[in-house]
Amino acid sequence: MARITASLYTSHIPAVGAAFDLGKTKEDYWKPVFAGYDFDKQWMKTHKPDVIFAVYNDHATAFSLAMIPTFAIMTGPEFNPADEGYGARPVPTIVGDPELASHIASEVIQQDFDLTMVNEIDVDHGLTVPLSCVFGEVKEWPCKIIPFAVNVVQHPVPSGARCFALGQAIGKAIMSYPEDVNVHIWGTGGMSHQLQGPRAGLINKEWDNKFLDRLIDDPKGLSKTPNIEYVREAGSEGIELVMWLVARGAMADVVAHGPKPKVAHRFYHVPASNTAVGHLILENAA
Amino acid sequence: MALEKPYLDIPGTTVFDADQSRKGYWLNQFCMSLMTADNRVRFKASERAYLDEWKMSEEQKQAVLARDLNRCIELGGNIYFLSKIGATDGKNFQQMAGSMTGMTEQEYRDMMIKGGRKIDGNRKIGEHGDAQRPRKA
Repeated sequence: MARITASLYTSHIPAVGAAFDLGKTKEDYWKPVFAGYDFDKQWMKTHKPDVIFAVYNDHATAFSLAMIPTFAIMTGPEFNPADEGYGARPVPTIVGDPELASHIASEVIQQDFDLTMVNEIDVDHGLTVPLSCVFGEVKEWPCKIIPFAVNVVQHPVPSGARCFALGQAIGKAIMSYPEDVNVHIWGTGGMSHQLQGPRAGLINKEWDNKFLDRLIDDPKGLSKTPNIEYVREAGSEGIELVMWLVARGAMADVVAHGPKPKVAHRFYHVPASNTAVGHLILENAA
Repeated sequence: MALEKPYLDIPGTTVFDADQSRKGYWLNQFCMSLMTADNRVRFKASERAYLDEWKMSEEQKQAVLARDLNRCIELGGNIYFLSKIGATDGKNFQQMAGSMTGMTEQEYRDMMIKGGRKIDGNRKIGEHGDAQRPRKA
């Protein structure tokens, strides 16, 4: 049967992608950001998944105001990096897993989450920047990837509680897949940042670190945080953090009465462009 | 259930909700059109003529021509959409965000390096943080 062995959480800042693509990772400004992902390269040597289920959001790239799905699962075979106005990022095409993705979609819809299914879409920095941070420069991504998009652009966006419950449904769906597949589930976005208005540049280190603490130890309690608190305390774009709760909801202690996950890696840094960078890796017990 | 807006008391912040989205529909869709290289060329060749092809209000067109992102947001724009104008102008997200704060590009960059804008005094309108001051005209 398929199993979820780890969850990974990371910001998905476009400037980080640009720094990576332009070879600036060793510059003083960017060095401490990328250093936070050095651990990942070693860790992936012994913990490489077969499939990553990656929760991200589209930033007015593939979804304009013409269509705004709240939750969308990508069931197609492959997805290209999008041109977001600066030219497409020079990173490999994402290879999907249509069979597992369709299984998850069917199971999750039958658990009353009304997903949108997407077979053709270009994926933006929300998905490709985390991949670059974790895997570095590669000719092809080392595993299959199922992108899963959450609307965090137009409010009301789904609540943390809804995202957490969705994660549990996804966890159950993955565990009911008959193939022997090692799956990681990723939550991306955040941490505190605001990109608009006179309050742009807001960073709330204390709140971010409390969020990381509670994501590890008290995800259920954390999931009850109302959306207004994210916007007020972590900035208007800090609301992206609800997506981390999808990944956390799929971990064994939440969904399968398992033990608490092990914290393999934790990292926090300010700033990258306008944003606080957060990164966490949690392992399920073997 | 009516749309609840508990966020209206946050200073210097416009939450992009269903009302803003309706108001800014064509402004944002115009921005999306700049994802295509041909459209960027046409827009740059004659901004006013290009804007006139869209069902935008005169205020929205003026705000775009002036690159007044705060005004664009007030009129229903969303930053992820508006960033396509910035990309067309060769600006990055930090330059765009900074342009809305009344700070110079260097001042904003320095603030971020020092740990960003503080939350204290910036949670609610009427407190005494640095996001409360009236924005530059």
